[in-house]
Amino acid sequence: MSWLKGKDRKKDFPTFRSEWHTARPYHYLDSAASSLTPKQVLDAMCKYYRKYRANVHRGMYRASAIATQEMESAREKVADMIGASVEEIVFTRGATEALNLVAYSLSREFGEGDEVVISIMEHHANLVPWQQMAKQRGFRLKFIPLAADRASLDMEAARTLIGPQTKVISVVHVSNALGTVNPVAELRDLARQYGATFIIDAAQSVGHRPVSVKELDCDFLAFSGHKTYGPTGIGALYGKKERLEKLEPFLFGGDMIEEVTKEDSIWSELPWKFEAGTPNIAGAIGLGAAVEYMESIGIEEILKHEREMTSYAIRKLVAMPGVRVIGPGNIEDRGGAVSFEVEGVHPHDVAHILGQKGVSVRGGHHCAMPLMQELGVPGTARASFGIYTEKKDIDALIDGIEHIKETFKV
Amino acid sequence: MAGKKITEPCGESDVYREEILDHSRNPRNKRKPDQVTFSSRKANMSCGDSINFYVYVGDDSRIEEVGFEGVGCAISMAATSMLTEDVLGKDIEAVLAMGEEDISKLLGAKIGPTRVRCAMLGLETLKRGIEEYRGVRELRRPKTQDTSYR
Repeated sequence: MSWLKGKDRKKDFPTFRSEWHTARPYHYLDSAASSLTPKQVLDAMCKYYRKYRANVHRGMYRASAIATQEMESAREKVADMIGASVEEIVFTRGATEALNLVAYSLSREFGEGDEVVISIMEHHANLVPWQQMAKQRGFRLKFIPLAADRASLDMEAARTLIGPQTKVISVVHVSNALGTVNPVAELRDLARQYGATFIIDAAQSVGHRPVSVKELDCDFLAFSGHKTYGPTGIGALYGKKERLEKLEPFLFGGDMIEEVTKEDSIWSELPWKFEAGTPNIAGAIGLGAAVEYMESIGIEEILKHEREMTSYAIRKLVAMPGVRVIGPGNIEDRGGAVSFEVEGVHPHDVAHILGQKGVSVRGGHHCAMPLMQELGVPGTARASFGIYTEKKDIDALIDGIEHIKETFKV
Repeated sequence: MAGKKITEPCGESDVYREEILDHSRNPRNKRKPDQVTFSSRKANMSCGDSINFYVYVGDDSRIEEVGFEGVGCAISMAATSMLTEDVLGKDIEAVLAMGEEDISKLLGAKIGPTRVRCAMLGLETLKRGIEEYRGVRELRRPKTQDTSYR
């Protein structure tokens, strides 16, 4: 297989070829925002639209039967990847919808005196739903603050925040802004101690490192397909079977019901109870293909490669005067997103000039505005890596930063 | 922008030419003037940029003194700095008529869709101030007895 040769990994991703006409290099260092899509995924989706395009479930003909079978087999692949059973995987539009679903349905019974604990490191996807539910339902939202190192969570503070009043602990596994890997096992133990529901936002960990819901022993876990080499518009919510069974649906409509009369409805079985309306069939099939693609490389190999690229980038960045890495250094276990600051230059200017040099990074708040406020920065520039990242991409980043420093005379 | 081919999402490459960088490093009129008729503030939360504009308006509705304070990227700072030089002596109504094209002219470069908000922040802040000032002035103006239609 081509990826084994390392140098050929980019060939699996047709988007690189499409950038050739721009007569500019394409150093894609924005995988934390969206990983690129390999042709295996595109082919699987295309095949659905070309060869058996029909709606799923209840279609008594060939195409519909195949579509149903392919979509459900994608669910199986996703379930296997994270160690869940099939009925525990609910397809959603992504991690955002998954977290909205849980926040909405779970907090129906919360009110005054109840508390939900998240962290200051949350992506808006795991912050705004809880914040808005707190406003509507009257429970309190508490934030685990940053520790003195400004890169990890203050677990001592967490232990004082969490108590018998805590109904939910919902935290990001790997921070999209800092790359921090949070101590989820410790937080789960705290949740168990007080009988709180434990939720993980795994948008930056699934597909980047081995994630097993059995090992994590979380109640719910959310991730997005487009960050795991899959298409956009698809993701999944994992929920423990007994938890999903008790949870009320979030969206109502077709496909999620067993029986409907004028007066009432009976919900369908798991996981369809949470999948109202025609699902993103092509997306689900694409996600299944992405799981296959990742498994063909091996999740350990993906992790190893990302780590190699991350530590190479950090080594190069910290060696540059006037450049500061914001987040964990090379010593800690960390994710493949590296935030940095070029002293005296706004992150948008950094990202803009790098873009002109063919280096695609992100500059801004990374959908974590409260974290940026806490860190006292308007935002950061962020480079993030995938299976196709090569050292020469990072070298181009470093050259670009040198150019910025010259231009801005900093 | 629909259907239009995006080649330079951030704008032309000479956005960061020396004149703009000079304005961003040494912004002109970055101070609060001694006399202030009105001030206004606007922030672009997604960038963390914010600007306070201070204006002194003379009897003939012309801007006699202008200054600003704020933080932001090179483009927002340079555009605001250049704007303060441009609007000095201008009638406030003329400033209200200014738009994206005028800022592009000041910057000497077309600003792409991803940076247009940065470039426009200064002008938007100033226009907000003028609009508020006009509103207050209307309220304060003594009502004249208009009997012409009776």
